[in-house]
Amino acid sequence: MISQFFVLSQRGDNIVFRDYRGEVPKGSAEIFFRKVKFWKEDGEGDAPPVFNVDGVNYFHVKVAGLLFVATTRVNVSPSLVLELLQRIARVIKDYLGILNEDSLRKNFVLVYELLDEVIDFGYVQTTSTEVLKSYVFNEPIVVDAARLPTLGPASIFMQGTKRMPGTAVTKSVVANEPGGRKREEIFVDIIEKISVTFSSSGYILTSEIDGTIQMKSYLTGNPEIRLALNEELSIGRGGRSIYDYNSSTGSGTVILDDCNFHESVHLDSFDIDRTLTLVPPDGEFPVMNYRMTQEFKPPFRINALIEEAGALRAEVILKVRAEFPSSITANTIQVQMPLPPYTTRVSFELEPGAVGNTTDFKEANKRLEWGLKKIVGGSEHTLRAKLTFSQELHGNITREAGPVSMTFTIPMYNASRLQVKYLQISKKSKAYNPYRWENWAIFLAWLIDMQPSCRSDGMVAYGEPGGLGLQKQHGHIEYTLYMYYKSLLNVTLDL
Amino acid sequence: MAPPAQSQRSPSPSQPSGKGEVSDLKLQLRQHAGSRAPGADDAKRELFKKVISYMTIGIDVSSLFGEMVMCSVTSDIVLKKMCYLYVGNYAKGNPDLALLTINFLQKDCKDEDPMIRGLALRSLCSLRVANLVEYLVGPLGSGLKDSNSYVRTVAASAVLKLYHISASTCVDADFPAILKHLMLNDQDTQVVANCLSSLQEIWSSEASTSEEASREREALLSKPVIYYFLNRIKEFSEWAQCLVLELVANYVPSDNSEIFDIMNLLEDRLQHANGAVVLATIKVFLQLTLSMADVHQQVYERIKAPLLTLVSSGSQEQSYAVLSHLHLLVMRAPILFSSDYKHFYCQYNEPSYVKKLKLEMLTAVANESNTYEIVTELCEYAANVDIPIARESIRAVGKIALQQYDVNAIVDRLLQFLEMEKDYVTAETLVLVKDLLRKYPQWSHDCIAVVGNISSKNVQEPKAKAALIWMLGEYSQDMHDAPYVLESVVDNWDDEHSAEVRLHLLTAVLKCFLKRPPETQKALGAALAAGLADFHQDVHDRALFYYRLLQYNVSVAERVVNPPKQAVSVFADTQSSEVKDRIFDEFNSLSVVYQKPSYMFTDKEHRGPFEFSDELGSLSIGADSADNVVPAQRVEANDKDLLLSTSEKEESRGATNNGSAYNAPMYDGTSMPTGASQLQSELAISNTMVPSHSPSSSLAVDDLLGLGVPLAPASPPPPPPLKLNEKAVLDPGTFQQKWRQLPISLSQDYSMSPQGVAALTRPQAFLRHMQGHSIHCIASGGQAPNFKFFFFAQKAEEPSTFLVECIINTSSAKGQIKIKADDQSMSQAFSTSFQSALSKFGTT
Repeated sequence: MISQFFVLSQRGDNIVFRDYRGEVPKGSAEIFFRKVKFWKEDGEGDAPPVFNVDGVNYFHVKVAGLLFVATTRVNVSPSLVLELLQRIARVIKDYLGILNEDSLRKNFVLVYELLDEVIDFGYVQTTSTEVLKSYVFNEPIVVDAARLPTLGPASIFMQGTKRMPGTAVTKSVVANEPGGRKREEIFVDIIEKISVTFSSSGYILTSEIDGTIQMKSYLTGNPEIRLALNEELSIGRGGRSIYDYNSSTGSGTVILDDCNFHESVHLDSFDIDRTLTLVPPDGEFPVMNYRMTQEFKPPFRINALIEEAGALRAEVILKVRAEFPSSITANTIQVQMPLPPYTTRVSFELEPGAVGNTTDFKEANKRLEWGLKKIVGGSEHTLRAKLTFSQELHGNITREAGPVSMTFTIPMYNASRLQVKYLQISKKSKAYNPYRWENWAIFLAWLIDMQPSCRSDGMVAYGEPGGLGLQKQHGHIEYTLYMYYKSLLNVTLDL
Repeated sequence: MAPPAQSQRSPSPSQPSGKGEVSDLKLQLRQHAGSRAPGADDAKRELFKKVISYMTIGIDVSSLFGEMVMCSVTSDIVLKKMCYLYVGNYAKGNPDLALLTINFLQKDCKDEDPMIRGLALRSLCSLRVANLVEYLVGPLGSGLKDSNSYVRTVAASAVLKLYHISASTCVDADFPAILKHLMLNDQDTQVVANCLSSLQEIWSSEASTSEEASREREALLSKPVIYYFLNRIKEFSEWAQCLVLELVANYVPSDNSEIFDIMNLLEDRLQHANGAVVLATIKVFLQLTLSMADVHQQVYERIKAPLLTLVSSGSQEQSYAVLSHLHLLVMRAPILFSSDYKHFYCQYNEPSYVKKLKLEMLTAVANESNTYEIVTELCEYAANVDIPIARESIRAVGKIALQQYDVNAIVDRLLQFLEMEKDYVTAETLVLVKDLLRKYPQWSHDCIAVVGNISSKNVQEPKAKAALIWMLGEYSQDMHDAPYVLESVVDNWDDEHSAEVRLHLLTAVLKCFLKRPPETQKALGAALAAGLADFHQDVHDRALFYYRLLQYNVSVAERVVNPPKQAVSVFADTQSSEVKDRIFDEFNSLSVVYQKPSYMFTDKEHRGPFEFSDELGSLSIGADSADNVVPAQRVEANDKDLLLSTSEKEESRGATNNGSAYNAPMYDGTSMPTGASQLQSELAISNTMVPSHSPSSSLAVDDLLGLGVPLAPASPPPPPPLKLNEKAVLDPGTFQQKWRQLPISLSQDYSMSPQGVAALTRPQAFLRHMQGHSIHCIASGGQAPNFKFFFFAQKAEEPSTFLVECIINTSSAKGQIKIKADDQSMSQAFSTSFQSALSKFGTT
């Protein structure tokens, strides 16, 4: 059970503060903020999500630059409280459309309404956006999305909540569209985080895909949805070693190490035909999380080379090669590489004729950032960066730079080959709904086989049964790729 | 604890300073108080919003109480809610004004809209004003009977609120009984869940004074109640499921088939996306199978994949909470995770609290087959920009080196670290090399060659400097310029701020002097002079001690300061196994994240509703000092042993056994250097109590495990009545020796009485009971349900000794007894008296 809940801005101001049990002194927000701030300044890295000061336990998660905090004196389950904080942030986002300091300040009364129903006397009541609808009477004041600073793709996994790509998803589950009509929409995203480590000789040492099928539903009347995955999908790797790459090469079977499901998902027919049945609750939620260590082909190869060029200089050459078919294009690519701490200046040199590139040296955390608008399959791009150091080099410079990481979005392509083959919205039965839902299925021609006819923007438009609004399928697949080239850097220097 | 004064933020230009704005608001609220004009509600909303926002940022708006209450006469539900929020926040500080709100809240409790009824009831009970409780009882009673489930849900937690304001009012109104009825009969699962959480809190706090409450609390764990919850578990919300699972984890099933039923029922909870549900389920699985070693191990295998999935999905924070639990399991049974080591590799962008856990896990799972890869990975982190993590990584390499037999490659890596020429890398590595040399003196040659090249001027950190100085002293005969290096350090005595370094310097110079007198004499003189003049008491005392020792007899000094060294076989574990078991019992709680049992960080009243093991925990903590008759050398028999394969078992048993001997309370924590133990025994200080921990003690362990082939007892002659010596004495060393030498003369199974099993929750009482029968405990250990004891007894008339190993499983009420005896013909007779003593336990 928790005693207090509050949200702090980046500067430490209370945006909302709710005391449920009166067991923890009121100054807790300041005690908390000071502790978190000084943790970093004392050189101990980020404050852990849970810590204890004078018998009070402080839990926090960072979402959209805000600190969501709970306090308690009781020895509770840390997982429960952190999950709850994350969930509260998500519910608030569902209602406000956009979650940031501005929207929270404008809507704090609505947030108090939510908090009153989410927790009672420290015990969680519900975090379902759906259920909460009947208790919330404030209308959200919508913040203009256009004025928001866009978060780089790199922030997706830093922030905790997995941001949905696209602009349409910043709308509230309760607010009406201009014109008073509610659009029937559902968004399905497959987001995969790929981590690959290469040895100095180019072999893959470790590789893992952590994926999520995420849904955001704005459908009225709670229709049932069937989601069909690859039929040749097996879960669990039995007695085999986890890093046994030879076991599956060549076969079309996608082998997940493990997965878990949202509580709304029924798995009755999952074992038979790999379909998930669910009545999607309102708002954003992960349908399924999965983890895979089966061999896969990373969509990019990255080469990083560091060469010393005198006592106070060095040159970095970054090469990115797209290893997917030329019919596909990756968007919003961001490559990052930490540089040695004594780097003072970096000058960049792009290939002649390069368009849509941005380069930056982030002085504060000594990081090189290279952004590309798009990369066509099969192409290769190079960046040269000349580094200037404040002190003479000694030891192994390659050990102090890297690893390279990159984030990108590729519509209609995912590395794990896990597919949503179709999504079927079942017939509505409730009489009061003015729309008549026919039993029709949306067959998504997306993912693997990449036929030329496949639309590359990931949006599929459908006919409108009964004059229904546009049915939109959101087919972006986002990737974060962490590539570790530590040892490779080592080798290149020996030359 | 008195709450500190409410914090006032220094007003920034953008924030209202308070006073003026508040009185302004007061005026405006008054204007609108009685107004029913169209649009008045909108105006009020704006005003209320302002009030609430001031309240949020910490400005005291309690002076508006009267006006707020006056404005609250409205049918606008948003206004009502804001008003309730305000009233709830300030009523406690303004009890008189709070009375004003009672009227409208009571009226709202009878509203025809269930939403309003629920909201009003919740606010009414949130006022936290003691002299208003009389007004709560009525509305609360009808709330619990309301036809609407929302109102009942609110009422069920409102009972708990009332209990916290006035426990007697709540109990006198018989609310707990009503809650219990609701809990077992209501259709709505959220009502049921709130009843459960309220009752758990109420009964736990009543249990200390009321037997009935204590019985009721126990009854929550009865089979019908548990099954009632389990059968409905999927109807509950995910949060309520956590509550139910937490309850189930404390349930003790009557037999194994029940255990399997529960586990099968809960199996699919492991696939839940909510980490809290999964961890709560895992706790149930782990607790249920504690007594079934093989199934327990299967549970570890089963939960691995879901845990790893949870670690890699969700936010950093959620992932950390799960990882902490995985860390606990890895530490308990590293062998089960040794093939999963790649999952514990750190990623560059992970926060350091995650990396730290992963480094410890990598260290724990390292074994012969994966060490090379793990150490290679760790060496990459040593150059990490995050310096604390780089340090941790180097330490991890060192720890692995200390664990392994084949350290060849690791020593090379460590020595390469020294070549990196980074201050912190060098510092950490020096400390490690010192520890390595203490364990593997055979590597001294290689290490010394590299260490000799390090200039002491480049080493600033006290610990590293102390390590370097220790090595200079210890290996002064191999390091050509040791005396001169030491001399130069002595010359800068005054610049050396760390007492630890100065202490080591004294010892090192003396050691060096004893090996190379002519070269060191000058440095020694200077060091002793500086030491005698030192303001630090320990430094001064040691200098004086050395000075007098040298004056008395140089060869004695040689024996004290420079005795032949024994390699340290195992470094002491910092956390006792008892503490670790406590943390394991508190799985899925903060104890796991903090790596401390709850009594170390919470007040007693906040420990949560189901802490039955409190008494046991505090007892066993105090036991070490209380039980002075026989210094108990605890032998581990926790589930780690149950999980490990045989070959591993011997090894880890040897280690832990040895480790605890090293930990024995005889060392009184002096800041003596590493030679302390030799020094102590040399001077014959309190030698009597020191259990012999000869290097061969690990060899004795094989037999301690009872792997010897038991000899079938030849049908013995009817035993003469056996009389045992009440004051028998045996030191642990002799016990181990005898246990090793003697064959098992008798091995028997034994069934314990239920009373005995129940009483065994207090092992200390058991030991005292046996002592009453002249059977003395020499070592004990384990955690529920598996306990292991070693006893001894002596015959009254002659020095004939009996040794007993007794393993008791409390969940199956079975025991196993192995007896070894000097005089084997008497072992049957002894067995009889042992068993009769055992059977009397718990009955008196």
